[in-house]
Amino acid sequence: MIDAIDITKFYGDFPAVTGLSFSVEQGEILGFLGPNGAGKSTTMKILTGFIPPSSGTAKIAGYDIVEQSLQARKHIGYLPETVPLYEDMAVSDYLTFMGQIRGMSSSQVKTRIDEVVQLCRLEEYKDTIIGKLSKGYRQRVGISQAILHEPDVLVLDEPTIGIDPIQVVETRQLIKDLGEDHTLILSSHILPEVSMICDRVIIIHEGQIVAVDDPTNLGTNLAGVERVELEVKGPNREIMPALELIGGVQVIERVPVTGGAYHRYQITVDMGKDLRHELATMVVNSGWELLKLQSLGMSLEEIFLRLTIEEEQLPNPTGEMS
Amino acid sequence: MTNLLAITLKETKAYFSTPSAYIVGAMFLVLTGVFFVFDVSKPFAEAGVRGLSDWASFFIVFLAPLITMKLLAEEQKLGTLELLLTSPVREWEVVLGKYLASLLMLLAIQSVTLYYVFIVYFFGNPDTGPVISAYIGLVLHGAAALAIGMLGSSLSGNQIVSAVVATAILLIFSFINRVSSLVDGSVAEFISALSMNARLSDFSRGVIDLSHVVYFLSIVGIFLFLSIRSLETRRWR
Repeated sequence: MIDAIDITKFYGDFPAVTGLSFSVEQGEILGFLGPNGAGKSTTMKILTGFIPPSSGTAKIAGYDIVEQSLQARKHIGYLPETVPLYEDMAVSDYLTFMGQIRGMSSSQVKTRIDEVVQLCRLEEYKDTIIGKLSKGYRQRVGISQAILHEPDVLVLDEPTIGIDPIQVVETRQLIKDLGEDHTLILSSHILPEVSMICDRVIIIHEGQIVAVDDPTNLGTNLAGVERVELEVKGPNREIMPALELIGGVQVIERVPVTGGAYHRYQITVDMGKDLRHELATMVVNSGWELLKLQSLGMSLEEIFLRLTIEEEQLPNPTGEMS
Repeated sequence: MTNLLAITLKETKAYFSTPSAYIVGAMFLVLTGVFFVFDVSKPFAEAGVRGLSDWASFFIVFLAPLITMKLLAEEQKLGTLELLLTSPVREWEVVLGKYLASLLMLLAIQSVTLYYVFIVYFFGNPDTGPVISAYIGLVLHGAAALAIGMLGSSLSGNQIVSAVVATAILLIFSFINRVSSLVDGSVAEFISALSMNARLSDFSRGVIDLSHVVYFLSIVGIFLFLSIRSLETRRWR
């Protein structure tokens, strides 16, 4: 239903997402998990056709989001992270408008509004001006407009952010129910939320997919790796075997360097081991020059840690005030 | 087409249900009303609407941007543009739909000035031709001013910036004929051809020149096209 093929997006020189590929089957709920600024919202905006990817593409229900944007957009219901709504419209007027611009007939709009309003428990607020609603109810209006035209694909960007704990529980249940007859992508920076709702989870960090897994496996199969970048001035023939001798080194990859009488290596080491000290000592003791030694990015474990910590800082998700 | 109508309808409803358009309308009517009274209370005043239409088109320069400023700027600021443009709606439908709503609003405001025309007819015996041509000029000028306002609104998420940019463009188009006396030859001709004011005075004198009509309609076309383009490029930034 959703096929993302090698999506890359640059904001100026800054790569927001790089080489993102994944697919979502019909009826599946996919969770997009990552710390703030990982590229989740950018991916959502690209999938919904709001911003074009710098390279790569995606297909929604078989339609290319760049080439057949209008067709693709017909199959999407989208809730952006900020829940943008027209403040001075009444809920039912707003939903009518959103239905009309998605090509629904007026009778269709009428029956569907009654259905979604009931589903999202907004009956009492049908004639209320949106600007007067609380954050939680605005969220429901946002979800209502996303499902109004019965889209095949639902894209929900951080749907539980900023609403109170009891409403979080209700919203999560609502999303779970919606997942029964929609293909759904959900982004979140809260690990327990994703494992509660989703069939499959993609962990994204600094614009790249770092893990794809079943939510139940996420905690247990967290055997990841760490990478170190090393630049040394010396004979490559001797450096490589010397590196291999260090305990804990898994893979050594030589990265070509243009112009410069030194060698660059990316070394994959066992999870949780910091071999920087050993590497430095080895290089210096062999009489070579150490030019650079850097740990590359966050490991899966660290990302996991950050996600878990962020959940603890938030209100208790079960609704009991702690 | 249904998208366009839905957008026009929504924006028209928004105009009539929020106070800002009423305030702009009231300002316009008070200002034109005051100058209308000055004009007709002069000794040996002419029974006509020439003074009225000249002042009305002068105030439009400042009021049209106030009508259009929120149309796209607010959508960008609130982020609702994201939901609008991820719906199966084309950019031109958004721009044209909103433009038509602003045109309806302006026509509604301008039509109230017909009350002054009624007064002129009641107390005097004006020449009907110039009255009609003056109103045609007023509507065409208003349509052009709104299109320029539309571009201003597409350029920024800030309504004040949008209005100021549009007013600046409109002032240039209004008074550029003053510059033409400083240069000569074909440059001077070109500059005075760009000016709105020279053409408007023809309308209020009772002349409907087809080239003037084409001029104002071209301004509408060019600035709506630029607004659509501006909206499209927002996605790519």
